[in-house]
Amino acid sequence: MTENVEIIKGASLWRDAWKRLLRNKLAVFGIIVLAFMVIAVTIGPAIIAWATGYTYDLIPADRELVRSMPPSLKHLMGTDDAGRDIFARVLQGGRISLTVGIISTFVSLIVGVSYGAIAGYLGGKIDNLMMRIVDMIYAIPYILIVIVLLNAFSGKNTTTLVSWLPQIIVSLAILIVGILISVLLFRALFDKFVATNFGVFLLKTLFIVFSISVLAALVFLASSLVGNTNAGVWLAEQYSTNVDPGLSQIFLLFFALGLVSWLTMARVVRGQILSLKNQEFVMAAKATGVSTPSIIFRHLIPNALGPVIVYATLTVPSVMLTEAFLSYLGLGVQAPFASWGSLAADGVKNIAIFPWQLLFPGLTMALTLFSLNFLGDGLRDALDPQTRKF
Amino acid sequence: MLSFIIRRLLIIIPMALLVVTLTWGLIRLAPGNFYSGEKKLPPAVEANIRKKYGLDLPWYQQYGMMMSNIVRGDFGDSLKYQGQSVNEIIRRHLPFSATIGILGYLLALAIGLTAGTIAALKQNSSFDYASMSLAMLGLSVPNFVLGPILVLIFGFWLYWFPPARWGGMSSLVLPVCTLAAIYAAYIARLTRAGMLEVMRSDYIRTARAKGLDEKTVLLRHAVRGGLIPVISFTGPALAALLAGTVVVEKVFAIPGLGNIFIQSVLNRDEPLTLGIVAFLSIMIMVFNLIVDISYGFLDPRIRYE
Repeated sequence: MTENVEIIKGASLWRDAWKRLLRNKLAVFGIIVLAFMVIAVTIGPAIIAWATGYTYDLIPADRELVRSMPPSLKHLMGTDDAGRDIFARVLQGGRISLTVGIISTFVSLIVGVSYGAIAGYLGGKIDNLMMRIVDMIYAIPYILIVIVLLNAFSGKNTTTLVSWLPQIIVSLAILIVGILISVLLFRALFDKFVATNFGVFLLKTLFIVFSISVLAALVFLASSLVGNTNAGVWLAEQYSTNVDPGLSQIFLLFFALGLVSWLTMARVVRGQILSLKNQEFVMAAKATGVSTPSIIFRHLIPNALGPVIVYATLTVPSVMLTEAFLSYLGLGVQAPFASWGSLAADGVKNIAIFPWQLLFPGLTMALTLFSLNFLGDGLRDALDPQTRKF
Repeated sequence: MLSFIIRRLLIIIPMALLVVTLTWGLIRLAPGNFYSGEKKLPPAVEANIRKKYGLDLPWYQQYGMMMSNIVRGDFGDSLKYQGQSVNEIIRRHLPFSATIGILGYLLALAIGLTAGTIAALKQNSSFDYASMSLAMLGLSVPNFVLGPILVLIFGFWLYWFPPARWGGMSSLVLPVCTLAAIYAAYIARLTRAGMLEVMRSDYIRTARAKGLDEKTVLLRHAVRGGLIPVISFTGPALAALLAGTVVVEKVFAIPGLGNIFIQSVLNRDEPLTLGIVAFLSIMIMVFNLIVDISYGFLDPRIRYE
């Protein structure tokens, strides 16, 4: 009798979604192209260097070769003004473009998801305050501020920013710990004493703790402007001796783009959490005495993951486009380093005479963005049955 | 409703001042100054310059003076364009940017709404697939690549439109199309998704059940609901439109505000940068307010207190 029993595997949400995704031809196309791109930019530059001797920054010693040459067998995508091989540059640029996209998306994931989840779960006044802050930053034309930031701290000035890192980190830590302690204490204690004098007293104390932590963080941050800490000076020295200025500009780009890309993510997550938090499994977790942080991070966030993944996939192309825009203005990646954006921007200058200088970087970039967008759409259809195509 | 509008309008001013403070802080925190170029100035000259622009005062006095001037609407004179006030420069260059910006967004709305609605009504038809693929392409090509390609085709090969510069209606065509492409793509996708959802909702079934003809159902009931996501997009779109006009102005050599802004940042022309940042923040916040108000007209369920 027991031999006939088959174990039936229930189709989990993820398995189901994966099946739906594989049925979507465009999404599969996107996955294949992206996998190919990632492999190409990872091992490509080494192969090019081995096969032709060209790297992304190699300017040929022979003066005859220092000019734009059309695509040939030796240079599959031709060369640029300085005689550098565009194929090698496109592969190298892909590394930077994809890294910028992925790192900024990663920042937006960590910051946006925690922020949105905390706001959505705690609700009430705290949610209101946290979301007003997001609204405020949203109303600012952030692109203007990013431009000012990139210009002000580019080149040698990045070390100034680095020397403030210790203060910035400590102030943020003070701020976060202060807010968390006051919020959690408030949540834990206030319900019990809500109508008593002690409750009012508690409220006042917590408000004072909260204000002190904010003030302390601000004072500490301001102190960085007056004098530098030893740690800061040491960091700045290490940074300026070890990091190439070109790379430094790229780090600055990560920082600037990460700074602004978490806002929409926070909104998406908050909306998701709001709809989840009144469901039975959360109540069950509360009833069995699970703590607030672990309800947020163990129960709510995993359940809100679908839209988060979708939105993250769509953030990568939008960040890459912003990077391209900044590189076009001359504020992003600078030669000899390259990104697809900066290569396309260089190519645009010679579009009428040497069209291949625009064509190949532009096509590669468009193809990648195309694939990412298709993959994002496919994931949305697969993970979110509510908005699935009918 | 009225108190909601007044409250939002009152918030705009402190918000704009906050943005100005932030920008000022960023400019000031960075080492270097507008006069520090390749060549080092003699100390006496530098001291004179610092005195003239009040840079020898402590920072809180400089900040206070600047803020009190800005609150009165005076952004001072540009440091780079000698003898021209910031307000004058903004007034002179704004019309160019505003023209391409507004025309571009209107064109994007017209194309996006039409394509999105038709795609939703004829779901899974070849028009649906074609327009959505085109929209995806629009989202994937940066506008500084699209612009020069359009110039090459329509300016240099076909001689239909002038390739750059400002003058007459025909010179507007290429910049406006370049700017509109990405927004048309976004709006078409949003409209399609919104319309698909609305067409399945109960109130559309009710409208049909009470015997309205299909045209009335579509234009009076469905479009209003389907527009909501498009309206929500308008807020972020305006901020992005700024970036778009910067590129378009650069590609087509149009003397608009975007280019002036980039130049002012590169020159570290502080009053001009702050003036433009303040002006654009206020514009964006006012437009966001208009967007929020228009929700109420589109969807009778949304109310403000």
